[in-house]
Amino acid sequence: MENRSQKKVLQISGVSKSFSGKFVLSDISLDVMQGETVCLLGPSGCGKSTLLRCMNWLEIPDAGSIFLTGQRIGVKEGSTHKMSDRELAQLRAKIGMVFQSFALWPHLSVLDNISLAPIHVLKRNAREVHEQAYELLEKVGLLDKADAFPSNLSGGQKQRVGIARALAMNPKVLLLDEPTSALDPMLVGEVLAVVQSLALEGVTMVVVTHEMEFARQVASKVVFMDEGRIIETGEPKSFFEYPQTEKAQRFLSRFHGLQSH
Amino acid sequence: MKGDFFIVWEHRTQVLDGLYCTLFLLFFSGFASIVLGVLITPLLMSPKRFLRSSSKAFVDAMRCVPFLLFVYLIYFGLPSLGVRISNWSAGAMALILYNSAYMAELMRGAWQQLPTSYIDSGRAFGFTGWKYIRHIILTPVFMRALPMIGNQMIQILKDSAFLTVIAVNELTHELNGIQSTYFIPFASFLTALLIYWLICVCMEFVMSFINRYANERRA
Repeated sequence: MENRSQKKVLQISGVSKSFSGKFVLSDISLDVMQGETVCLLGPSGCGKSTLLRCMNWLEIPDAGSIFLTGQRIGVKEGSTHKMSDRELAQLRAKIGMVFQSFALWPHLSVLDNISLAPIHVLKRNAREVHEQAYELLEKVGLLDKADAFPSNLSGGQKQRVGIARALAMNPKVLLLDEPTSALDPMLVGEVLAVVQSLALEGVTMVVVTHEMEFARQVASKVVFMDEGRIIETGEPKSFFEYPQTEKAQRFLSRFHGLQSH
Repeated sequence: MKGDFFIVWEHRTQVLDGLYCTLFLLFFSGFASIVLGVLITPLLMSPKRFLRSSSKAFVDAMRCVPFLLFVYLIYFGLPSLGVRISNWSAGAMALILYNSAYMAELMRGAWQQLPTSYIDSGRAFGFTGWKYIRHIILTPVFMRALPMIGNQMIQILKDSAFLTVIAVNELTHELNGIQSTYFIPFASFLTALLIYWLICVCMEFVMSFINRYANERRA
């Protein structure tokens, strides 16, 4: 691992964002390396989802810059002009996203949900895309649901389709925004198992999560945020066992408290 | 009284001609106003101010004009501008323009109620412009608006009765003709009414089928 030349996939520097005068992100800098699984942790409202949404410009930061494999997002190369919608779309197509509320397209079958963007945005051959879609469905264990509509799936199944849909874009990085928080506790495991298998395969991921045990097992880097700032960054083992800051200690003790019940 | 209905029955070919004309107007104008509505809706939601305000002006104008006056305006107004069209074309044109505004407006409402997460996911996967509207927005909007589109189709059916004022040979016109020839208003108008009601029942039936199909494709 150590001697592999690590490429920066995402390079975030000095990102700030405020909503109606209140800072939700202040001066965030963070690098995501190829093959890493970065888990963003922190109390609700700490800005972790906003940070994730800045990474593909669904939220536009007020200051700072974000580079995807060396290419600046949202701002034209060598200028201060905004990117055109089309240029931005081309960059977004290289970033996979999985939503808390699944956000599957309800009018399309599972197979079409997965194939729509690869065919119409990436302009790939439809037959190849469908072949890949079936492979991905097999990977997430939903091969038999290819022709079903989202309305006929359980939450856990929807989210696994959401992951397959994002992977079909062959993204450089996969962003997961609280992928399990809209699920029944019974269904959380099946989704986390898929994410874990992706981590083992070396898919680069940024995951916003409240599942501490999952973060501990899967993350290669943990980023703890509070009130719009990064408070602590580290390896999961050291973060969970020896948190350095008081805020992190307090945050983690709440979870230990919950577990002992 | 029985005799009155018998007279209507004797003129059944005339009644059927009227029925065909009404049904053709309904399908043709209904289809055209849905298509036109689908094209106007993105303009109503456009980020470009000029497109938004001009399409809104059209929709508001249509919504605030009594249909009867609008029919007169097209039928008598166009020839004075040098455009000559048949009664039927004038009537169909009035139905289409008038109802496409309503179709567009109710689809705009459905669009605004789309969960923001679909909009986000369309953007996040790199859809923009017309591609984004076509693949991500329009079908869900249409599926959501279907029950209201069904209602508007019924409105088109009822509006088509107004076209008797410009002598379009639709159902009302034909039965009004029979009525005034034989002085049997009750039997004629009641027959017309029952036929309109039957058409509505059939439309409701078709809509419930379409709705079942759409339900699976709605969120």
